Amino acid sequence: MNLTELIRSARATRDWEPLIDLVPYARFLNLRLDIKGDQFTACMPFDRKLIGNPALPALHGGAIGGFIECAGMFYLLWHMESADLPKTINFNFEYLRSGRPEDTYANVFMVKQGQRVAHLRVEAWQSSPDKPIATGHGNFMLKAASSAKENS
Amino acid sequence: MSESTDADDPLVRKWQQITVISPYSRELGLQLHAVQPDWCVIRAPYDPRTIGNPETGVVHGGVITALLDSCYGLAIFVRMTKLRPMATLDLRIDYLKPATPGRDILGGAFCYKLGHELAFVRGAAYHDSPDDPIATSSAIFMFTGGPVISLDEAVHLLEAMKP
Repeated sequence: MNLTELIRSARATRDWEPLIDLVPYARFLNLRLDIKGDQFTACMPFDRKLIGNPALPALHGGAIGGFIECAGMFYLLWHMESADLPKTINFNFEYLRSGRPEDTYANVFMVKQGQRVAHLRVEAWQSSPDKPIATGHGNFMLKAASSAKENS
Repeated sequence: MSESTDADDPLVRKWQQITVISPYSRELGLQLHAVQPDWCVIRAPYDPRTIGNPETGVVHGGVITALLDSCYGLAIFVRMTKLRPMATLDLRIDYLKPATPGRDILGGAFCYKLGHELAFVRGAAYHDSPDDPIATSSAIFMFTGGPVISLDEAVHLLEAMKP
């Protein structure tokens, strides 16, 4: 099965594991997706390799940022109809609290869905979604201008 | 622009130990490439485990975020010639073009404002030259509580911690 077929299959069966298995970076983070109805939550289980500051200890900002971006990409694959992998245009990460050595979750919100660009807000949290450890705002290119025109 | 890339240079060796102080940096195989007051460069070797797009083999942006975050910490320490506990407050990144599959990525950073509470940095990820970037980025770091220590003290502490 190629990527496009896997994406369509994951949407139909609601089993995202085969797709996560196909994306090495998602496997590297041991990414898990928990999708109940229209509630999308991603999880990055704690692993010692994710530590940035061994003295505290605290998760590496790059691990949290990578998880946020990866959660955003899978949210779009789940939420959109296109079978293309969305391309990140830019991301802004705000680090709000130190990431403790425990599982981290991410909730993703579509701020604006356009024809070509989607703007997402991702909130990463540990103990409670009310206390995010980091937020990310990012623009994703959904498809090239030429194919957007064809479909409009 | 001369870059000090000699791994035998004692100063470069010391900063390399700081570069891989975090388990995540070691996991990504980050290596110090050059250290100058106004441009610190870290290399992220191409690693098939961090591919974001399995059809193209392009690494995921998360690797570039981690690389630049590490570069920023280094650039601030190099500017201070000391180590001080700090945390990333804000980091923005623009992706200008995909990284070339199979090639190492260099991350370069410069601390352009060092304050009492905050440090402001900017940087880029690239293969050959920062003038042809894969990504451009800037960030703000906040100093947190804890002792300020010299590079030599930090290296001694690290060596004492080795099993």
